[in-house]
Parts: sequence; structure tokens; C-alpha cells
Amino acid sequence: MSSVLHAGAQVLADPMIGFDLGALARNFWALTIDGLTYGSIYALVAVGYTLVYGVLRLINFAHSEIFMLGMFGVYGTLLLLGFTPSGNAYNEGIPMTILYLGIALIGGMIVAGGSAVGLERVAYRPLRKRGAPSLVFLITAIGASFVIQEFVHFVLPKLTNGKLGGVNAQQPIRLVEPVDVFSIFGATVTNIEIAIIVSALVLAFITDRFINATKFGRGIRAVAQDPVTATLMGVSRERVIMLTFLIGGVLAGAAALFYTLRVPSGIIYSGGFILGIKAFSAAVLGGIGNLRGALLGGLLLGVMELYGQAVFGTEWRDVVAFVLLVLVLMFRPTGILGESLGRARA
Amino acid sequence: MSSDVSTSTTAADSLHLGLGDRLRMWWDALPRHTQWLVGSPIIIFIALLPVLRLPVITTVGTDFGSVLAQFGMYALLAIGLNVVVGQTGLLDLGYVGFYAIGAYTVGLLTSPDSPWNLTDDWLSTDWAWMAVVPIAIAVTALSGLLLGSPTLRLRGDYLAIVTLGFGEIVRLLADNLTELTGGGRGLSQIAYPVAGVSEERPNGVFSAGNTTPPLNSGAFWFWLSMVLIIIVLVIVGNLERSRVGRSWVAIREDEDAAEIMGVPTFKFKLWAFVIGASIGGLSGALYAGQVQFVVPSTFNVINSMLFLCAVVLGGQGNKLGVIAGAFIIVYLPNFFLGRTQLFGIPINGDEIASYKYLFFGIALMVLMIFRPQGLFPARQKLLTYGRQVYVASRRAYLAAAALAAKTPVPATATPSGDDTKGGTR
Amino acid sequence: MRRSTPRLAGTALVLAVGLAVAGCSSKSTDSGSDSSASSTGGGSAELSIQPLVQVDQDGTEVKADSSGTPANPAGDGSATCAPVTIAMAGALTGPNAALGINILNGATLAIDAHNAASPDCQVSIKQFDTEGDPQKATQVAPTIVADTSIIGLLGPAFSGETKAVGPVFNQAGLLSLTASATNPDLTKNGWNNFFRGLANDAVQGPSVAAYLVNTLKFEKVCVVQDDSDYGVGLAEQITTGLGDAADSSCAAKVKTGDKDFSAAVQVIKGEEPDAVFYAGYYAEGAPFASQLKESGVTAAFVSADGSNDPQFVKQAGDAAKDAYLSCPCGPAPDQFATDYQAKFNAAPGVYSVEAYDLATIMLLGIDSGVTDRAGLVDFVKNYDGDGLARHYKWESTGELASALIWIYQVK
Repeated sequence: MSSVLHAGAQVLADPMIGFDLGALARNFWALTIDGLTYGSIYALVAVGYTLVYGVLRLINFAHSEIFMLGMFGVYGTLLLLGFTPSGNAYNEGIPMTILYLGIALIGGMIVAGGSAVGLERVAYRPLRKRGAPSLVFLITAIGASFVIQEFVHFVLPKLTNGKLGGVNAQQPIRLVEPVDVFSIFGATVTNIEIAIIVSALVLAFITDRFINATKFGRGIRAVAQDPVTATLMGVSRERVIMLTFLIGGVLAGAAALFYTLRVPSGIIYSGGFILGIKAFSAAVLGGIGNLRGALLGGLLLGVMELYGQAVFGTEWRDVVAFVLLVLVLMFRPTGILGESLGRARA
Repeated sequence: MSSDVSTSTTAADSLHLGLGDRLRMWWDALPRHTQWLVGSPIIIFIALLPVLRLPVITTVGTDFGSVLAQFGMYALLAIGLNVVVGQTGLLDLGYVGFYAIGAYTVGLLTSPDSPWNLTDDWLSTDWAWMAVVPIAIAVTALSGLLLGSPTLRLRGDYLAIVTLGFGEIVRLLADNLTELTGGGRGLSQIAYPVAGVSEERPNGVFSAGNTTPPLNSGAFWFWLSMVLIIIVLVIVGNLERSRVGRSWVAIREDEDAAEIMGVPTFKFKLWAFVIGASIGGLSGALYAGQVQFVVPSTFNVINSMLFLCAVVLGGQGNKLGVIAGAFIIVYLPNFFLGRTQLFGIPINGDEIASYKYLFFGIALMVLMIFRPQGLFPARQKLLTYGRQVYVASRRAYLAAAALAAKTPVPATATPSGDDTKGGTR
Repeated sequence: MRRSTPRLAGTALVLAVGLAVAGCSSKSTDSGSDSSASSTGGGSAELSIQPLVQVDQDGTEVKADSSGTPANPAGDGSATCAPVTIAMAGALTGPNAALGINILNGATLAIDAHNAASPDCQVSIKQFDTEGDPQKATQVAPTIVADTSIIGLLGPAFSGETKAVGPVFNQAGLLSLTASATNPDLTKNGWNNFFRGLANDAVQGPSVAAYLVNTLKFEKVCVVQDDSDYGVGLAEQITTGLGDAADSSCAAKVKTGDKDFSAAVQVIKGEEPDAVFYAGYYAEGAPFASQLKESGVTAAFVSADGSNDPQFVKQAGDAAKDAYLSCPCGPAPDQFATDYQAKFNAAPGVYSVEAYDLATIMLLGIDSGVTDRAGLVDFVKNYDGDGLARHYKWESTGELASALIWIYQVK
């Protein structure tokens, strides 16, 4: 046994986990900008988790697949517009590029929003009618996750003659080539990064206003706070639930466009899963059920993940995210801003 | 195994008493020693499956014995996960983490690739596997304790997500700590039990090199896991019928109520976690011994979901049901692999097999809507000596109901004596 | 809704501005494609992986020996034999299926050519899917061994599964001829039935490293690896081979399945290396290459056989330009490529040529009258002849006597 102890001591003495604060310091601003870019994508996906949780107390585990479908929606729209995959970025001129991106955005939103509502109809509504316990919902969501992934993996290529789906990632269609626009503290910021961060913030702002300042938003908040009373007061719970899934899906579709701008070759059937877990972590980090929490959590997680990679090494990326999730859940399960959709207001 | 294996839902009579229910009643009514008498031939028949190689049932593209060996491991996993999910109602999405810890403990202690290898100096390779299996179980139990004690304060969905994170962290650690675990290169030449060495089997019957059909290594691993399954079932079954088991059910049904009624919920949840974890670790140790090679990618989240699928499919809380669930999960894809025709109908088995996750996903969704209790739902027997009481009362109820059904419409004319026994009201 | 409509319109405008920033900087492509939406982006259509040079372990060029005639699976058509079977084991489904399918197709091409030419000697191929999963491989292996019509095996495809089931085939005395498992340790197990049809990582690593240092004169190389068996092993060999040129401060590790490599890219960008070596598969290598280029890293991108696939160029597009890709596999001859394309409607991928060559060697054995497993092992052990990719002659360990590495470049 002594040999084990000896070997063990040797291995442990040899640092297996690197620790390099210098790497973080050197690339701090570049990492921050990258982190914010990914963080805003996480944030948009996280809104979907948080709204559904706020209204239904349900972790919509299949939301990551809605995001994945959104990527295929964006890609499919570009194909319909006549773009063919190629190695280079297209040069369509500024107005046309914006137009095409806008159409792709709408395409992604329609696919993702539609499938989110469809998922709610097919999978969750029958369960709700039966008053099933929350574990049943979660297992259904896992099943739906499998179904959607495998649909894109095997069935979609057959339906589209191999143009969409399948084992390999989609061959990228690049509409925009990243170009450095300006630099802060030695870190350059590209056009795509600005576009993603700005658009995500704008969408987040719209969503926030929609929830907090419109009739529909009031309905959502009312159901989140007290479903029974809300129903008594004439709010249609079913409609609110549908609207919630729709908003989550639409934002996931937008996130899908931004993600494909940043990572054009990331469109693959398995591409939603890890991102979904990260986005969920972001929602929990900020306080699940809390809209602004989801945004804050997303940005925070995106940045922390990159800092963590710089300090510990790139292979620890997912570990950083998961450990963060576990720590938050253990010490502050309500997240940074606390969990409540009903009370989150301006 | 016998009593619950029935999917028939056709109403056998006007009382909608399915074949499964009648079988179950008959089985429950038997005294325990008779149950063993009836059960043993069935167990022996199942054990003989890899030898008999029945047509149609035997897999074509893969070795039947090895498939059954994998089924044995999955059955253990399902039983262990069932303790946590089915009996106690704690959704664990990271169960694969315990499977990995079990397998990696054996790998780290007996693979020549590992710095903690024990086999090169003092432990003979012949006995190394046997010696480290208890260590593997202990280590996994400890990891269950370590994971459980901080996280079991969380409930429901939150616990599910934390365990999911735990499962991924275990895999990522195995992947990242390359100096210890070899990372993606894995640990090879892991020890296996050396037994039954003979002329044509120079490395014993458990060696992967033993491919002489039908008594190949798969069959032996299947038998070993069957023995372990029976031992684990006896232990878990006794726990189930004890105070511990009743506390688990109480926690599952209503944790707050259980707490108020004096059940130390945290303690029993932790027990469930630790017991579930050690069964998972045992299964992992079997895996390491059979495959003699561990690599992190085997232990990904998808497998966690598959284990959960086995439990839900079989019927949460029914330990024989979840074994059937594990069988479906392992056997069904293999059944189609390599098959070019079935009952004379030409099929492309390989393609059907590749759709397995699609089918499992659909099965989960449909099941949750129409039969959330699973294919072989559990029936609670909460009294320690309640079996006879339960059977008697159920018989009486059925008799009363049958009588009521036969009697013409003015049911009020029924002799009143039945009401007292039946408990229909 | 009444209240929110103007808001939505307003914010849509802001969104458009956000996207405009993106649009502002979109540049024309090198090939100057026209601006109609239906145009092809061009560029990558012309990019393909071109063989550059064959190198030995010192990184110096070895002229490809084209004097010998490669063995033809068709033979002279007069062979007679009892119907026998060759098995192929590898991942045919699952995330790593592409390599397995390349191998299966290459072998199928050889066998079809043989069967068409020799009506009296029909050889069939049976495929066994391991999904690249070691446990699945342990279920498949006994079936292969138990099928007495099988006298030779092409595979297993991956090193991990070979580790798990190697003893099975060894004990059964079944020829195990791999076209893709490159882990150096595999031939150190004393298996006398195992032959590798290509150079292992211990050859590829030093050869490529020497080529980078001695010929291309790179002084600072960042080695990035994925977490696969292949990536870890290759990175180790490359790092050792590079010696001082390998900069440990920018060595990074990524995960199979990753698509975003921001942190690794930032670290590499800060270090300004001459080259980045990626040890892993194209699924991650392609997005990694494009993200490096997008963030302005000008270092040469170097990778090995795992990325040496047409998919790499398709996915990475322009970023793949000038990338060096090594491979123990030889370039696919034109005729082979044409036949392959015609039959499978896809370009031959990594290891297709090896699979074709190795299947041909087994077929030659069968044509020469070999009817059992031991005979085929013997035949391969004593084989000495040219294939499409290289000269095949094995040492007693099962390694090729002389295995050279090809360097390719995307042009």
C-alpha cells in the first residue's frame, strides 16, 4: 500500500491543474469581450428557461433543442434565399446584408418559436391536463430532447434530400466576415461582436418592456404570481403559457442567428445540448424565474467561463461552468437577483 | 422476474383485471418459499439463455452472451437508480458519475497505465479484480455521501440539475487529469477475475480472449452479474420492507409531511443516495473488468439519460420492472443490429438500430402521457407482514365486485354481507 | 399590444443598426463572386487538399517511389476459391462514423473489383458496427470470431476499441489488419495477428515535427489537442518532436464536440506563434482554424490525418487555405478517386486508400489459395508488394518496415 501512497503523493505534488493568473491579466479585455459575446447568447437562451420556469415551475429541458432548431431555421432560410454554402463570406453590400440577416433572423425566430409552441402543445399540455408531477414533466422534456435531436440527425436529411441535418455540421454560409472595428485597452472588437452584443441587449430590453409594460406581460406576471387568482380575474392561463413558450422560442431563434454569425460551422444536431445547460446555469445564476437575472447571469457566466479557462487551462471550460452552477445552487439557490417573475419589475 | 413480465392490458373480465394484475396476485399469494421454488427455474432458464441460443431471440450482429453481460450491468444500474428515483423520488440525472467512479477505481488500481497501479508489486493479477471491487464500492459510496450531503437540501428539479452537473464534472475530471487517468487515452489492461483456467482458455473464463461459443466470456460475465443482481435484490428488497423503505416512500410521496411525522428525511435521502451510488459503483467495476478498458467518453450524459429511461420505462419503484426496462434498453438495439430479415420480412436492421434514441425519446414522451407509472408499475406494500393481508383484502374486494357485476341492475339488492369485507367504499 | 407596437418598431430599427455594424464591414471575397443572392461564394470550390511532399523521420523529403505497379484487386480473373468472407469492424454509426465509412467504402471498392473480375472466386464483406465504443466492440468481436466463414478482419478502426478487443482476435488467430488505429502501443502487446497498414503516431509525430522545424523553419509552435485517444497521443509525440519549438505557454486542450475556441484563440493570439498544430479531428479543427483566422492569427495551421478530410476544407472555407495537413496515408490516385466518387457519390476520405490496399492484400491471399485464418496471417506476414499508397512489407511486430508520412497542403 505504501507504494500507492507514494505514487499518489507524487501525482498530487505534480500540479495536475495549472494555475496561471498571468494569462488572465495579459488577455483580460479580449477575454471580456469574447465572454460578453457568448454571454449575450446565453442570456437570450436563458430567458426561455426563466420565463417558462416562472410561469409553470418547470425546467424546459428541451429548450436547448429549440435553440438548435433555430440554428437550422436560420440556415434553412439562407438556403431558401439562394445562398449556397461556401468557404468565403458573401459580399452583398451593407443594405442587402442587413436585409438578408433580418430575414434569416425572422426565419430562425419562426422555426424556434413555432417549435417551442408545438413542443408545449404536444408534450406538456397533455401532462398539465392530467396534473402530472414535475418529475414527469422533466422526463418528458428529456424524451422530447432525444426526439428533436434524432429528428435532425436522421429524419431531416431524408426530408431535405441531405441539405439539412445529418451527422456532420452544416457547411457554413458566411454572410459577414469579421472585421476589427475598434479596440479598447489593446483588445480589438469585431463588427460581429458589436452586432451580437448590441442586438442581444436590444432584444433583452424589448422583452423586459414587454413583460413589464404591456397587457400581455401583465398577464404573464399575474399567472406567475398566482395562477388561480389570475384565472379568476379573467387571464387565460393557457394563452399565457403559450405566449411564454413563444417568447422563449423566438429569443432562442435570435440567439441562434447570433451564434451562427460567431460560429458559422456550429450548426449540428448535437450543438444545442451543452449550450442549453450553460444557458440554464445562467438562468439559475441570476435567479431562475427572474428575467433580468437571466440576462445578468448570462453575461456573468460567459465572462467567468473565459476567465476560468485563462486561469486553469482551456480544458476546464465546462468544469468552471458546472462548478459555478453547483456552488450557486448550494449556497444561494435563489440566484443573484432572487427568483420571481411576478415581482421583477422596473 | 416472472411476475411482472406482462404487458397485456386487455381486460380479462368486466373488472378490467389485466393479465399482469392476475399474475401479480397469484405471485403475491404464494408463500415465500414457494416463490423461490417457482422463481428458481425461471432464473435458471434466463441464465441458460446465452447457452441455448434460441432462434429469433439470439442477436445476430453482436454476440448474445456479451449483450446479456451488458444487460446485467445495466440491470444493476437500473436497480441502483431505482432506489434513488423510484423509491425515494429524487431525480438523479448524473447517475453515470457513480458508474464512472466505480469503473475508474478498478482501472486506477489495476491498470498498468495508472500511477496508482497495485498489480505490479504486491497484488497478483489473478486476484486484483476481486480485491478492488469492494474498494470500488466503498469509494462510490463515499462519493455518494460527498455529493449527497451538501446537495440533498435541494429539491426536485434543482437536485436533478446539480446531479447532472456532478455527472459531467466526474467525466471531465477523468478527461482532464491526464497524468492520473490517461485522459482520452483511457486505462487499458485492467485486471479481471482469473478463474476456470484450462487448456483452451489459458486466461480463464472471464478473459475477453475466451471466445469459444457458447461458453464465452460474455456468458460468464452475465452469470456473475446475475448472481450480484440477486444478492442486491435481496438486500434492496429487505430494505424496502424495513423502516428505511417506508421512509423512502413517505419522502417520495410528501417530503414535508414525512418530516412532520418524524421521519428524518435528510438522513434517509442520504441513505438512498449512498446505496444507489454503491450499486452503480459495483456495476462500474463489472464494466471495467469485462471491457478491461475505460475511457471517459463512455460515461457521458446520454448514458445517464438511458439509465433513467430504463427505470422510467420499467416502472419507477418496481425493482423487477426496472430490470425489464434495462433489458429493453440494451437488447432492443442489438436485436435489430445485423438483421436482414425478421420472420421472413426483409428489414435493414442496422438502420433501425441506429434510430434507437429516437425510439427511446418517443417512448418516454408517450409513456409519460399515457402511462407515467411505466410498463410494469409498482404496487406499494407498506406493511412489513402485509402481503397476506393485502392479498386477502384484494381477493375479497374482487369477489364482491364480481358479484355486484353479475347481479342485475338493482344493485341495492346485493346481500349486504359483502360490504363489510370488501371495502369498496 | 397597442402600447408596445411603436416600441417594437423602434427597437427593430435599433436592431437593424446593430446588424448594420455587422453589414458595414462585410468584404468581398477573393474570387470576386457576383452580388446576386444565388451566386456561389466561390473560393472554397477551388480549395482542396493537395499532396506536397513525402517525408521521413528527419523531416527530409523522400521521393515517392512510383516505379512499382500497385497491386490490382482484380487479379488476372482466373482465381478460384471457396466463398469466404472478410469482416470490417469500425464505427459506422455515431459521431465518429465518417472514418469507418471511408474504410468500408475503400474495402468495398476493392472487393467489388475483385468479384467482377473473378467469377469463380466470390469474396463477400461483412460489416460490424462498433460505434467506436469499446463495450460495443467487446460485443461485436466474439461474433466476428465465431463466424467461421470470416478469415480476415479489416479493423478495428480506432485505437481505443483495439485495446479492448485486440486479445480476442489474437487468441482466435484472426488476422487483424487495421487501416486507421495509430496508437504506437498497440504493436507492443505481442499480438502476432495484428498488422498496421500505416505509420503510427510515434512516426507521424516526429516526422511532422521535424518537417516543421527543419524545412519550414518554424521556431515557435503552439500545440493544441482534443481529448480523444488519438489527439492526446499525437500531441505528446509532436511536442516531444518539436523540442524547444513547442511553446508550453500556449499549449491548449479542447474537447471533442466543442465549436467555440475563444479562450484558446486569445491565448494563441497573445503568443504570436509561427504555427499552430492541432491534434484532433476535423469536426473541431475546422471551426478552430476559422476562428484563429477571424481573430487575426496569421500563424500557419498544421494538423494531421484526423483533419485530413474534404470536410475540413468545406467547413473551414477560406481559413483552410495554406493549412498543412500530414497523414500517414498516401494520396488517392486519380483513377481511384474517380471510381470511388462514381460508386459512393463522395470523394474518398482519410484511410479509404489504405482500406482499399489492405483489402487488396487480403484478396491476393485468397486468390493465392489461402482458405483459413492462419494462412491469411502468414500471407500478410510475408507480403512484400506495392499498393496505391505505398510499399507494404511488415516487420515481425506488425508495424510497416518503412512507413513514411505525407505532408499535404490546402491550396
